[in-house]
Amino acid sequence: MNSNHHMAGFDEQHLLHLLQHYLPAQAPLKDFVHHNTLHGFQHLSFPDALRTARTIFGYKTSLSLDEYRIFYSEGKISESAIYQTIIKDKGENYLEFWLENLKNKNFDNDTEARIGAVRNHWKEVYQIDLDSMVQPILFRLLCSYLDQGIAIWRFPLEKKGFLESVYELEKNGLFSIFKTDRIRKLFLSKEFSLSGLLEMLVGDESLYEQYIFDQQFSHQGWSGMVSVIETLPETLLETRNISLLDLIKLECFLELDAIESRMGKKWKSIGKSIIHKPISLFSEVPQTEYFETLNLWQKAFEWTYYEPVLHGLQENKREYQTPQAFQKSFQAMFCIDDRECSYRRYLEVLDSKCETFGTPGFFGVEFFFKPIEGKFYTKVCPAPVTPKFLIKEEGKERKMEVDAHFSKHSHNFISGWLIAQTLGFWSAFKLFLNIFKPSMGPMVSHSFKHMDSGSKLSIEHVGEFENDLQVGFKIEEMVNRVENVLKSIGLVKDFAPLIYVVGHGASSINNPHYAAYDCGACSGRAGSVNARVFSTMANKTEVRDQLALRGIIIPDETRFVGALRDTTRDEIMFYDIDTLDHNHQTLHKNNLTKFEEASKRNSKERSRRFESINTDLSIDDIHKKILQRSVSLFEPRPELNHATNALCIVGKRELTKGIFLDRRSFLNSYDAKIDPEGNRLLGILNAAVPVCGGINLEYYFSRVDNQKLGAGSKLPHNVMGLFGVANGIDGDLRPGLPNQMIEVHDPIRLLMVIEQKAEVVLDVIKRNPATYQWIENGWVLIATIDPVNCSISIFENGEMVEYTPQDTKIEQITDLGSLVESGMENLEIYKYEA
Amino acid sequence: MELVLQIFILIPLFGFFLSLIVPETKEGFLSWIAFVTIGIQLFLAIVYTFVWLIKGRPSVNFNTGDLYQTEGYSFFLSFYFDKISAAYLLVGGILVSLVTRFSRYYLHREPGYKRFFNTVLFFYTGYSITVLSGNLETLFVGWEILGICSFLLIAFYRNRYLPVKNAVKVFSIYRIGDVGILLAMWMSHHLWHENITFQKLNNFELVHEHLLSHSSTGVFIAMMLVLAAAVKSAQLPFSSWLPRAMEGPTPSSAIFYGSLSVHIGVFLLLRTFHFIEQQTSVRIFIGVMGLVTSVVATGIGRVQSSIKSQIAYGSIAQIGLIFIEVALGLQNLALFHFAGNAFLRTYQLLVSPSVVTYLIREQFYRYSPDDKSIESKYPTKLANSLYILCLKEFNLDNFMYSYLWNPMKVLGKKIHFLSLNKLIAFFVPVYLLGIVLWFYQANFSEKIIHILPIVFSIFGLLMVLKAFTERFRARMSWVLILLNHAWVALAISFNEHFSLSHVFLYLGGIVIMGLLGYFTLQRIKNLEGNIDLDRFHGHVYEHPRIAFAFFIACLGVSGFPITPSFVGEDLIFSHIHEDQILLALLTALSLIMDGLAIIRIFARVFFGPHTKTYHEVAYRSS
Repeated sequence: MNSNHHMAGFDEQHLLHLLQHYLPAQAPLKDFVHHNTLHGFQHLSFPDALRTARTIFGYKTSLSLDEYRIFYSEGKISESAIYQTIIKDKGENYLEFWLENLKNKNFDNDTEARIGAVRNHWKEVYQIDLDSMVQPILFRLLCSYLDQGIAIWRFPLEKKGFLESVYELEKNGLFSIFKTDRIRKLFLSKEFSLSGLLEMLVGDESLYEQYIFDQQFSHQGWSGMVSVIETLPETLLETRNISLLDLIKLECFLELDAIESRMGKKWKSIGKSIIHKPISLFSEVPQTEYFETLNLWQKAFEWTYYEPVLHGLQENKREYQTPQAFQKSFQAMFCIDDRECSYRRYLEVLDSKCETFGTPGFFGVEFFFKPIEGKFYTKVCPAPVTPKFLIKEEGKERKMEVDAHFSKHSHNFISGWLIAQTLGFWSAFKLFLNIFKPSMGPMVSHSFKHMDSGSKLSIEHVGEFENDLQVGFKIEEMVNRVENVLKSIGLVKDFAPLIYVVGHGASSINNPHYAAYDCGACSGRAGSVNARVFSTMANKTEVRDQLALRGIIIPDETRFVGALRDTTRDEIMFYDIDTLDHNHQTLHKNNLTKFEEASKRNSKERSRRFESINTDLSIDDIHKKILQRSVSLFEPRPELNHATNALCIVGKRELTKGIFLDRRSFLNSYDAKIDPEGNRLLGILNAAVPVCGGINLEYYFSRVDNQKLGAGSKLPHNVMGLFGVANGIDGDLRPGLPNQMIEVHDPIRLLMVIEQKAEVVLDVIKRNPATYQWIENGWVLIATIDPVNCSISIFENGEMVEYTPQDTKIEQITDLGSLVESGMENLEIYKYEA
Repeated sequence: MELVLQIFILIPLFGFFLSLIVPETKEGFLSWIAFVTIGIQLFLAIVYTFVWLIKGRPSVNFNTGDLYQTEGYSFFLSFYFDKISAAYLLVGGILVSLVTRFSRYYLHREPGYKRFFNTVLFFYTGYSITVLSGNLETLFVGWEILGICSFLLIAFYRNRYLPVKNAVKVFSIYRIGDVGILLAMWMSHHLWHENITFQKLNNFELVHEHLLSHSSTGVFIAMMLVLAAAVKSAQLPFSSWLPRAMEGPTPSSAIFYGSLSVHIGVFLLLRTFHFIEQQTSVRIFIGVMGLVTSVVATGIGRVQSSIKSQIAYGSIAQIGLIFIEVALGLQNLALFHFAGNAFLRTYQLLVSPSVVTYLIREQFYRYSPDDKSIESKYPTKLANSLYILCLKEFNLDNFMYSYLWNPMKVLGKKIHFLSLNKLIAFFVPVYLLGIVLWFYQANFSEKIIHILPIVFSIFGLLMVLKAFTERFRARMSWVLILLNHAWVALAISFNEHFSLSHVFLYLGGIVIMGLLGYFTLQRIKNLEGNIDLDRFHGHVYEHPRIAFAFFIACLGVSGFPITPSFVGEDLIFSHIHEDQILLALLTALSLIMDGLAIIRIFARVFFGPHTKTYHEVAYRSS
């Protein structure tokens, strides 16, 4: 039965490749980085992908018709956007027809997904529920093997690889994971190939691939995790040797065992019982009126929002007058993150002479970080980058706070006996405290603890190497990185005396998804080390000398200061202040009050989305509540993270300053004037398109199908092996975002607005095929605004088409405070006094 | 002092009813009701305990008047307060009030917010009844409420597959415990010839005297109580339900399965300890069971790689130790241990999501590849064998299936040939014949009359087996369940001292609720077409009201204390003579199966992933 049947019909490698392509690609919790949930379909255009994914895998890939219709009745989708969309896509002649479809027609769309059709025959023919017989033991074996530190008694023999370890356990033990002798012997004989197993199970070679897809997608969470760990073993601190093939083989054995234990010898492979072969999984999915209708709704929904934004930006730019040259009070670089959008606004309102910039929060310095006493390295740069550098933290030893409630002794029966009768009563008191007076403790994931503020960092390379990594950067490497960032954001002259480099992080408690709240550009970590490293580099005399040769002359009076802003707690911390001279310290002290005031105002703006905080309170009271929220065990929404994100604006701050964007936009600074060829733009887009697009689409899909593409409610989550969450103890892993993160999100695609000539942008986006795929297939939408004549173009079918937004009046507001008190819903575009 | 005891029950009950009429959108008000009512009860309990302490810790007993009385039988509720009640009431009050406060924010915007607080309040009402109960009947009322609330809390996410499956699983194991209590009640009627209160059990001489003459009866009652306690406190061989109950929102898992629910078995033993005290063999049994459970649960707990199952097994191991303490007569230590364990596990579960942050940090800074547990020093073969055994939870999860449900299913399948028509054609005449026989029983020999109840109750059991294994027709399954009750009534009717009014009392509630159930099933069938029992339909998604009506019907038919049938059930049992063990067992078995068949219909038709896919539907594996 070995490889005799291994013919062209079934190609194991092809199958594994295909599986890996479609399985969820979410890394373990500690490395949670947002990505496009439907990355497997990115080669298709967005609407085609939605239809195909829905039909094949049964994902709900858009809002339902009812949801769109409710949005329409609530005014969230405008009549004019519907008309415009239909006329544009279908022509004026069909307007009535499609209007009827959108608004009234009942579609019957209660169809079964293609996935599962083959394997389901076990149930239909033999009444065998393979899932409930196989999955519990399979998940247990997987979870125990991959476990990073929950179990007290760890999986034995973990070095040998998953299947090999199970084999060893089986061989040298009295008890078996199998119920039947024959299958156990077959497993121990080691004489099996996947196609051999499939021949026993399925029999019909043309169904093998589909069968394995059915099997693996019945628990796509676990399969996806295995597939990620196979490709990126270092994503687990304690690495594990596991492959998708191991998992499939073991599962086939367990299936055979389950069938045999139920049926004895009286069964035939399932292929023989299938009379009508189900439709092949990946065959063409035809277009239908239903999906076209959904697509029109989606576009109308999106353009209801885009239209006034484009109009607002255009008007804002037209009205902008170049001010008299003046001395800037300070400058500050922030991450492009949408959560920084409002903070920058408040800072500018508080000090009209300051200037803010946005750039990805790793500040162009990519490296691994090794904190004091750390046993591992942490990557702090965008996930796809593999750095060659290492930054080590040196200083005082870290004092680890201990919480005895996580002590494993409480689970043993003798030490447990003592603990239950002592610590037990303390727990009641702790619970009381945390409910009525929450405070910081060792259970909190606190952004400020990512790095010790008093420590030293090994920033300059002095010949040391560690595990093939260069410790610190050489001067030349520093110069390149600083130049790169400064030129990309257009900060090449008019330097202020203090330039803050502000990374960001988040704090939360009782939150397995904590990494998703941190800086995505730092691989789900706080950006403090990067901010400090960049500032130190830019302050170096040798670096500045070299920079001067490259046209960036930074005056001696200018100092860079690293900082970290906590987006949950609205707190900010500055690093290496003691190295500043007296003059700068005074200046800084003066700025500090502005930063703190901005933090408080920002927390007021954030609080409007939280039902438990009254936004009418004073900003001090609100800020206290915001602080409390981040350390409250009972608060599943410490902050709302990227919810409601919808825009990414690449251009000078003047373009957006004065327009209220309701924290919905990523902001990347860029000056077209110093980049006529678009070379800097290319670098920006290569990062911003996948990062912002990934965040946006993960929110989109987790929102439209929180059950299959998101993680469901986080309230019942059970932590599995420290790398994932599941429902209950026998459930599949739940990748994606929990409901509490996405419930206020409006699922619309990211519109990227670039302040540059349309033809330059068109040329730039086509230079990198990977980036272009996002744009060409409509996963991210592109608009440009001309830096000189303010005309707008949008990307359509491979070209930039000029576009004139409707001229609607945009209201001017004077008081941001009362605006944010107005309600919880998304706010429109407003002009404010900048 | 006595009269106040009822107030402890009325307060949460009032909160429960109030919470039922508050609209879903009033989140703040709903949680406020729960927090305030439980808070008030806690406050009163503290004051009460204080006064009680000052008065020198007298045991307080309060009996209601007879709710139902007939010759040789009276049904009344009784409440009792001593240090055991005090400890349980205070720990319960503290934990539930804290956790309702916690859940107020934690469950914010969760669909089912209202349902959650309704169930918590009802649960707490049941808990209060149980811990303050003064006789087995009253305890059983509370016990039943706890069981049904557990089902609802585990299946809180009622449109996902696993919570529903596990809720049914836990319910079916609980059902065994219920029968333990029913049989204990049955036998103690015969032992004491009255509805004995716990206070009377404190009378050493009285117990001693009765046990002397009826030692085997004593052992039977004690073992039934131990069975019930072992089920509820997840002792071997029933342990595997506890980790599987962790399907609801974390706070409900924390408070009910981490602490209160799971310690009720211990309570039952403590409460009836004066009865068990004099039976050394039973005490040894309890001690050994506790010890074995501790050792096995520790072993299983050590290999758990998910946080909640680890805590669950840790808790089971401690409860095993508490069982030993009870067996040794160390009441105070057991109470202290219970309180500590309850607080500890609640808190550990509530902070369990933080384990990722905490342990990953610990791993990052403290990792050493040489850190291995003691087992790494075992010989390979031993270590491997134990590891697999622990990973498979000693096959405990399959145990109930292999030895109880599957044989039932096999039996049920054997009578698969019986279609509805055949059933009617055969059993209607036989039933009529039975009634005729009953009228003319004087004309038949004693022997025949003695055998008839057994025959009829076997027929009843067959009905319910068929109901339990029916794969398609929900309504037929429902009718069979009702018929089972009719057979039980007929069977018992042949015992002496029996008046028709008892049968009416028993069947009255069941018939009314049975009709309600039938019509709701008919309604949903008309609306949706397919309600076959071979799959879950999840119709509660679109028809929550119909589901609720059917749920009430299920409660009524299964003898839940909302209709007189509850008293009737107890009464029926009291008519089974103490030498009719077989009849008692058959009746008990058919009541177990009955409950299972009912909950199965309910779960299959209304719970589980919704059949319609126009909205988000969860994977079966979640």
